[in-house]
Amino acid sequence: MATFNSDKAAEIHRHLHSHLPSDPALRVKALESLVVERGLVASETIDRWVEAYAEHIGPKRGARVVARSWLDAGFRARLLENAAEAIKEFGFEGSATGHLRAVENTSDTHNMVVCTLCSCYPFSVLGMSPAWYKSSAYRARAVREPRSVLSEFGVDLGPDIAVRVWDSTAELRYIVIPQRPEGTDGWDEDALAAIVTRNSMIGTDRDLKAEAV
Amino acid sequence: MFHPDDPLAPPRPAFNEAWHAQVLALADTMVKAGHFTAGQWAKTLGAALAEAEASGAADTEETYYSCALAALESLTAAHAGIAGADLADRKKAWEEAYRRTPHGKPVNL
Repeated sequence: MATFNSDKAAEIHRHLHSHLPSDPALRVKALESLVVERGLVASETIDRWVEAYAEHIGPKRGARVVARSWLDAGFRARLLENAAEAIKEFGFEGSATGHLRAVENTSDTHNMVVCTLCSCYPFSVLGMSPAWYKSSAYRARAVREPRSVLSEFGVDLGPDIAVRVWDSTAELRYIVIPQRPEGTDGWDEDALAAIVTRNSMIGTDRDLKAEAV
Repeated sequence: MFHPDDPLAPPRPAFNEAWHAQVLALADTMVKAGHFTAGQWAKTLGAALAEAEASGAADTEETYYSCALAALESLTAAHAGIAGADLADRKKAWEEAYRRTPHGKPVNL
């Protein structure tokens, strides 16, 4: 006797239309087509954004900024004074960095960045944020127990090192300037930039290694 | 639950799904075009994330982007006049377009 199994029917249906995008993908497609059709944003602008952030803009930008700050005291002073202006020297201004503050690690201070509200991040110098930065665990624990979080990231701070946690907002984002490691005398900007990790610029990494990459 | 980055791991893509990129692209380009502010985006996304957390949603990137999409839909309704009914109609139209379009052919409304 034939029976109707709704789960099975649904599975067959999904299989037949397996090229049908997921529900959220269709919702975004619907929204994008209405936004474009009504002239709110041009489709080329959206496509250019996706290409830039998927392919070109990433933490190598921030690493160049850090490397130059190690080599050029004048640039470092400008960066600490007004990072949003200083990154224009590279042409790195853009999404979410209209107001950017650079905070420097020292032998007795460690800086760490979070966005407790959502996921504010200096996209135009660090690219897309990692998944953990957006997690509710990081957003809550970075403030409540920064040393434990740092320890999980492999950064064990002695009691003599103070931790400062900076809470990003839509109006103000942060980039950490890690310390230049020993053993890098004479290195040029490219070589220095290559050893700067993304996490060190968020503050979940601290001691960079002087190993040519 | 956190761990240091593995320097030898292959690079990860910036976005796991195309729609993740499109959500953030729409949000950022709409802020730049002045339809809503960066502050409104942060506040609405923050509220969606808090609600997801309170309802016990998994602490994953998928949850994050679902919240980002919900926040974007709410802001475009409030500030750009894109009503929920229009969105639902357009989504249905895209679904039908995908269903009638053979594999490999461009999907058009």
